[in-house]
Formats: sequence, structure tokens, C-alpha cells
Amino acid sequence: MIPLAHYLILGAILFSLSVVGIFLNRKNLVILLMAIELMLLAVNLNFIAFSHFLGDTAGQVFVFFILTVAAAESAIGLAILVVVFRNRQTINVDDLSSLKG
Amino acid sequence: MEFKQIIFYFFSAVLVFAAAMVITVRNPVKAALFLVLAFVSAAGLWLMLQAEFLAIALVLVYVGAVMVLFLFVVMMLDINLVRLREGFGEYLPIGGLVAVLLVAEMAIILGSDHFGPAQMPDPGSVPAGHSNTRELGRLLYTVYAYPFEIAAAILLTAIVAAIALTLRRRKDTKYQNPAQQINIEPGERVRIVKMRTEKKV
Repeated sequence: MIPLAHYLILGAILFSLSVVGIFLNRKNLVILLMAIELMLLAVNLNFIAFSHFLGDTAGQVFVFFILTVAAAESAIGLAILVVVFRNRQTINVDDLSSLKG
Repeated sequence: MEFKQIIFYFFSAVLVFAAAMVITVRNPVKAALFLVLAFVSAAGLWLMLQAEFLAIALVLVYVGAVMVLFLFVVMMLDINLVRLREGFGEYLPIGGLVAVLLVAEMAIILGSDHFGPAQMPDPGSVPAGHSNTRELGRLLYTVYAYPFEIAAAILLTAIVAAIALTLRRRKDTKYQNPAQQINIEPGERVRIVKMRTEKKV
């Protein structure tokens, strides 16, 4: 059998990898969105592991809602990305500074 | 080593490798494909945790829909990759340091001392004939019926927002004007022309 700690540490590794992804690719909006998806995946893994080991299905229901919200978030995020690219011809975060005073 | 453990470590290794490739690979299309690999191996792990419905939903919704959306957008945009990669090596040391610290801190809390087999014993397999989908559906439509409706509203908002954001009217495209179409008089549409009947051959 695999102890719960293994699943939790796997989730921790996945989460930190996506944090590093946000550090490294902080200019590329597409990769930033992908790193956020990875983060949500790590959180979902923890939820499902706890749900299994505590014998409570409520954790899986929560993952269901997270999946819903994440799908909505990525759809709107990509739509904003397309509009930004159409108007500015770039998705570089450094170029999107017109709100700076 | 037990067979389940081999499966677990294999899927975990693929998952971590794919996640590492997503954040380091140069081409966004390849990053999206590695993200697909990460989602599929995560679905395998969820199957091992007996969350069958969510594992299938992850493959169907994420790999099938969201990642295809990502790929479409990445391929539509003409991105200057050289400029986007600026500062990649510069932030690698501090990023790696933060990652190692994060994992170490979480491992102290979440390690086998607190969440090992002694504290969290294996609940064992569910009895044969137990349906994860039925259990989840029962909860969703009774206890969580109200949040379920809110989730539907969130999805509707996402549809409307995504379409409203990306819809644009081109000048050279022809559109129908319903008001004009309804207000027309029959005499303006049909013109009767008098002409001689044709002779029989």
C-alpha cells in the first residue's frame, strides 16, 4: 500500500514546480496560465488523496467544483489573451504596462 | 516491491517529469502537450485512489476540451519566443531555491511523521459493486444541489464572457438587419413584369 504522505509530497512537488514555472516564465502569458492549471492539479490531488484515506466523498465533490471553476477560468483567460494579442500584437507581460502611471 | 507501488512511482515520475518539462520547454505547443501528459498521469493516480469518475472527467474535460483550447490559442498567436525567454536563466537559481524550500517545508509537515501509515491507515478497497459515480451523483444532487447550480451559472458566465470578449464585427462582412427585414412592404419586394407568352414550338 502507498501511505498518504507519498501522495501529499507528490502534490507538494507538483505545486512547487508550478510556482517555479511562474518565476521562470513570467513574461509568457500562455505558460503562466498552464502553470496555474498545474497548481490546481496539485491541489486536486491532495483533495482526492484525503478523500480516499478519510473515506469522505465530500473531497471529491470539492474537486468537481474546482474543475468547473478552473475550466471557466482558463476559457476566460485565453479569451482575454486573444483580445490582448489582437490589440497589441504581443503577449509579453512587460509590454502590457499602459496602466502604469 | 508491491505492484501497486510500482504503478504509483511510475505515474508519479511521469507526472513530475511532464510538469518540469511544461515550465522549461521553449515551445508553447510542446508545453501544452506535456501538460496533457501530466493530466493523463494524474488521472492514473486518481484511479488508484478509487476516484474513477473524476479521473475520467479529468481526461475528458481537461485533455479533451481545455487543452485543445490551449493548443488552438497557442497556434493562432504568432509569438516572438526569443523575447519571451528573456530572463529565464536569470531567475532559475532563485526559482530553484524557492522550490526546494517549498518542498522541504511541506515535507516536514506532510511527511510520514504526521501522515504515515500509523496515523492514516489504508482504508482498503471498496466492496465490489460500489459505484463511485453513483455516490458522487447522490451527494451532488442532494447535499450539494445549491453549489451545483452555482457551478452551472459560473460555466454560463464563462461562455458569455469568452464569446463577448472575442466577438468582433468586421467592416467587410455583410450582416442582416432584422428591423429592415420586418418593416418591408410586399410591393417593394416583388415586381411583376408583363411579357408576351412564349409560342409553342
